[in-house]
Amino acid sequence: MRVLAPLPVLVPLLGAALSLLLSRFPRAQRLISIAAIGGVLGVAVALLVLADASGAVAVPVGDWPVPQAIMLVVDRLSALMIAVASTVGLGVLLFAVGQGVADGPRSSPVSVFHPTFLVLMAGVGFAFLAGDLFNLYVGFEVLLTASYVLLTLGGSAPRIRGGITYIVVSLMSSLLFLAAIGLIYAATGTVNMAQLALRLGDLPDGTRLLLHGMLLVAFGIKAAIFPLSAWLPDSYPTAPAPVTAVFAGLLTKVGVYAIIRTQTLLFPGGALDTVLMWAALATMLVGILGAIAQTDLRRMLSFTLVSHIGYMIFGIALSTPAGLAGAVFYVVHHIVIQAALFLVAGLVERQGGSTTVARLGGLATASPVLAVLYLVPALNLAGIPPLSGFLGKLGLLQAGVAAGGALPLALVAAGVVTSLITLVAVSRVWSRAFWRPPQQAEHLETPADAAADSGPDVGDAADGTGTDGTATGGGDGPRGSSRSGLGTTRRGDRDAAWARQVALATGGEDAELPADPDSLDQRERMPRGLVGATAGLVAVSVALTFLAGPLYALTDRAAVDLLNRTPYVEAVYGDGGPASSAEDVP
Amino acid sequence: MTPTIVLPVVIAGLYAAGVYLLLDRSLTRVLLGFLLLGNATNVLVLSASGPAGEAPLVGHAGSGEMSDPLPQALILTAIVITFGVSAFLLAVIHRSWRLVRQEVVHTDEEDRRVAARTPRHADAMDPDDIDPVDLAPGDRAAVVGRPTDVEERLAQRYPDTASDDVGLPPTRGRTT
Repeated sequence: MRVLAPLPVLVPLLGAALSLLLSRFPRAQRLISIAAIGGVLGVAVALLVLADASGAVAVPVGDWPVPQAIMLVVDRLSALMIAVASTVGLGVLLFAVGQGVADGPRSSPVSVFHPTFLVLMAGVGFAFLAGDLFNLYVGFEVLLTASYVLLTLGGSAPRIRGGITYIVVSLMSSLLFLAAIGLIYAATGTVNMAQLALRLGDLPDGTRLLLHGMLLVAFGIKAAIFPLSAWLPDSYPTAPAPVTAVFAGLLTKVGVYAIIRTQTLLFPGGALDTVLMWAALATMLVGILGAIAQTDLRRMLSFTLVSHIGYMIFGIALSTPAGLAGAVFYVVHHIVIQAALFLVAGLVERQGGSTTVARLGGLATASPVLAVLYLVPALNLAGIPPLSGFLGKLGLLQAGVAAGGALPLALVAAGVVTSLITLVAVSRVWSRAFWRPPQQAEHLETPADAAADSGPDVGDAADGTGTDGTATGGGDGPRGSSRSGLGTTRRGDRDAAWARQVALATGGEDAELPADPDSLDQRERMPRGLVGATAGLVAVSVALTFLAGPLYALTDRAAVDLLNRTPYVEAVYGDGGPASSAEDVP
Repeated sequence: MTPTIVLPVVIAGLYAAGVYLLLDRSLTRVLLGFLLLGNATNVLVLSASGPAGEAPLVGHAGSGEMSDPLPQALILTAIVITFGVSAFLLAVIHRSWRLVRQEVVHTDEEDRRVAARTPRHADAMDPDDIDPVDLAPGDRAAVVGRPTDVEERLAQRYPDTASDDVGLPPTRGRTT
């Protein structure tokens, strides 16, 4: 186990270096990435089994003596997080590979995608394993820097616009985190988390509250808790589908993980629990009300992402074993479900040429597989029994009721309301984009539409009719062809979809010219790689329902460990525990 | 040793100036503000090491007289990270300048959409659907054209103006 612990960081980093060297060979890059992430998944599952069986293990890097060494700590929580992260990473990577294959080498993301993705996964793994605050900061920086590159991939205007917001906000949170580390070091003389757990309790209350607050604000920005969440819906939707999926699944959850550590290991006793509960309440309600106002599928999903972070913060703020177990279970569920939904949004964009719900229609006829792939995770997100979303929410609500008090009960009520509004938001998308006849899709005829924006409605018209795309496409053909040169693009994928649609439309206009059989084929049947990767993640999310019993038992044990704190500290200090101050651990 | 007042004053000044610059709309100033904030944080971590002492080399000074080496190691790491990220931010700002000839923070799409919800635009929710005429002048280019369109039009309008990309191959508009 001591050998396995550094691998979730090492393997992706080495893979990134190798795939950077082989940037001229896309096939080799793909193989390296898949092998690296698959390897991490295997290691993570092994770590999880071992950590669950034999308890937490800490590895001092370079075998330095314990309080001075850089520690990698594997306990149930971190092993579970790495396992889920690498599962989602693998699914998203397969989607990205499928997309690259389907769109051909010209429009595929530049060769920098694979190395950057691997660095991102290494950063995520490092953040989960880091045993001291400064290395947590380094892990954050590694994954954030990789995410800057991924978010601005291709450098189109909307991505730059969204990327600048994201970069500046992330930098601010990192600086705040670094300043907090400096102050914590000044106050306690250590950044090792196990040692901090022993020493922070001795500080005066005011100092402790300040340090605690600074850490929570820094992590709250990363986790997108309500007053600090405005950056997320503006930046995430602009990125390519697989990038948005991995961001939505993983990056905010790394922030949640850091908050769990802060609340349990570093500052137990729940000094700021009330503040966190208010923040959770606001996050849930404001987020979901934002979601229901959106008409773009990706923006809607981004707002539900913010909203459901509130559930996890609620569970953490309860500071009870049941609450923490529910929060950890919800994190696992939400990572998978949100990544799957964003991948589905990518497929919708590919099939319909747009993610604007007003322009979509009849997708259930055009692609029943896509409809199923959307419906299952969407209902899961809303918490329909018996899916894992329901189980996670039920656990949190029960923990809230058990905790009693006005504020937890208000949060329980808000949780139910949020769940209902989530159902409204996702089923509105369902009934519009998938269920209504394509003829009812609203087509916009604004001057902007005429002047600059032609692709999507041509795409819709051709697409909405399902199999008979060429006939309707022919009707729109003249418009489409005359304006196709001016088409405005927001995203590369969409551009490719439009190009196909426009080609179809112009092909259909001239009856003698047969439409390009390849593009027809691509439009009607989505590439298997993309559907397979998405279906895999959806299957994992459904599997979480069947595995909920063992998983909940695991998160229960993890929560007891977290609140107990001794397993973590003893793992770092060795079996005997810290000789001098063992009595400090409650 | 007596505590120094210089470091706290420097930290406060750097933070104040950094926050002021960060709130500006010009992205170059945002970058400068970020650099100042980064340096302020580095000095803060440095001041966490306590009073100044001898160089922390084994054998050079007694353990009581050394200054604490750990914050210096942390600062070095932080400086490297700040350096890399500011280089990337500079590249992004330059890209933004190339795309829209503007290096300011763009108007928020959401705000504009809410403002544009007159009956005629009731369903214009996608940024691509908005009439460019309704946009602030600074945001038009970003919505109307692709990067190449902007460059081509600018090249037509200002044929004598040199490209801002010194050392890069000329843009498509000028070669054709």
